[in-house]
Amino acid sequence: MKSLLITLTAMGILVGASIGVHADPAQDLQAFQDFFRNKFPDVPFDEFSNGLFALPAAKEQRAQWEQVMKLPPYEFALERGQAFWEENNLASCFKNAGRNIAQRYPYWDERTNMVRTIELDINECLKRKGQSPIENMKNGTMAEVAAYMKSLSRGQRVQISISTPAARDAYEEGRAFFWARRGQLNLSCATCHVDNAGKRLGGKIVSAALGHGVGYPAYRSEWSELGTLHWRYAACNLQVRAAPFKAQSRQYRRLQYYQTYLQQGLPLTAPSQRP
Amino acid sequence: MHKTAAAVLAISTLGILLVTPAFIPATQAAGEMPDKKTCGTTKNPVVSGGCLATDKAKGNCMACHNFDSLAQAGLEAGDIGPPLVAMKVRFPDKKKLRDFMWDAAKFNPNSSMPPYGRHDILTEKEIDLLLEWLYSL
Ligand code: HEC
Ligand code: HEC
Repeated sequence: MKSLLITLTAMGILVGASIGVHADPAQDLQAFQDFFRNKFPDVPFDEFSNGLFALPAAKEQRAQWEQVMKLPPYEFALERGQAFWEENNLASCFKNAGRNIAQRYPYWDERTNMVRTIELDINECLKRKGQSPIENMKNGTMAEVAAYMKSLSRGQRVQISISTPAARDAYEEGRAFFWARRGQLNLSCATCHVDNAGKRLGGKIVSAALGHGVGYPAYRSEWSELGTLHWRYAACNLQVRAAPFKAQSRQYRRLQYYQTYLQQGLPLTAPSQRP
Repeated sequence: MHKTAAAVLAISTLGILLVTPAFIPATQAAGEMPDKKTCGTTKNPVVSGGCLATDKAKGNCMACHNFDSLAQAGLEAGDIGPPLVAMKVRFPDKKKLRDFMWDAAKFNPNSSMPPYGRHDILTEKEIDLLLEWLYSL
């Protein structure tokens, strides 16, 4: 058994743990993106924004996916999102009428002292207009409107800033969440999406953490509808038999802040389609 | 025998499953993954262990490992861990194998394998049954 483990270490399978421990976010970013570039030398950087479909193990699925994307299953949902956006004139609440700004989400807001997501800002806008905010942050209208808003920034490259000590704290909390083992199965996000990216978990190919979030909200076949990133986070928590957090909880917003910072430079692809 | 085992180990480390007929145990011929009904009634420890291994709420071992008869049973195998083959030859020390099942992190702090005993995923008895099944592979 011991010699097997030595072999695994020598093969570099266990190096994942070391990319989680750096002094500052810029170093984290460099180590994180280098790790995936080295792990998948044949995958061009921008491709990582296509999630598991970017990976060599998904060759067959990739071909099917390209067929599916000729007539994406989220088109009607996206139209509903657009109708809601226009009816409520949500453009009026956002810089540049909401175009080409999603690459800066989520962001740390000193005034409200929290990580703010597109979903929270959409609800803030509705409140300002005297409308009631949307309650369901997992799927339905919020997923559709957020998907539409993000589609207005398609192709923009992720650009997250961490410029104050409080922002840094939020980032650190997200980082701790990502690397902590949890649940009865005792696995961390990194166990699957760093150490085992590109491998199979049962019949599923595990995506690389590089790329996480840039395609969300996503239409997942297992949902048969558009869903938000935090819905997927909850699914991943449940999978290891850990209690999930609420969509838009502090924990998930901070996790998203950490994860999105590491996507620096990747193009936004939302909405996307996933298995 | 020893030579063959070493070869299987080498191949399995490479992540390729190669089951030579010599390793298919009589109790569980190819294509005979126990069905639900058998699992509910069997007194055979090897069969019970196989039931636990393939139960998603219990071992769910196929999430990460391939092993004999999975494909025939219509279950999809993962490849996060090495294929489970020739266990008796490769892990002659039963206590060590049990310790590993109990808490893989003890052997490899960064292990991707859940600590079946330490985290009460399976009971003592269930782990013993799994060992019987593992030794039949
Ligand atoms: C036991 C393995 C496992 C663990 C642990 C796990 N995930 Fe996942 N995750 C998956 C699988 C399988 C999928 C679906 C296939 C894929 O990766 O897109 C998935 C999907 C995702 C996706 C969607 C990717 C996309 O492009 O559609 C994100 C984001 C994600 N996980 C983040 C996380 C985070 C954050 C954690 C920790 C809180 C976590 N995962 C823990 C296995 C896991
Ligand atoms: C989430 C992934 C995962 C699950 C589920 C899992 N394993 Fe593992 N297993 C691994 C990995 C990875 C290794 C390689 C050693 C390590 O990393 O600790 C391993 C190694 C092993 C080994 C040692 C040896 C070898 O080299 O052949 C045995 C035996 C084993 N697992 C049995 C099981 C059994 C039985 C179950 C179900 C009750 C199971 N595993 C479930 C991931 C898993």
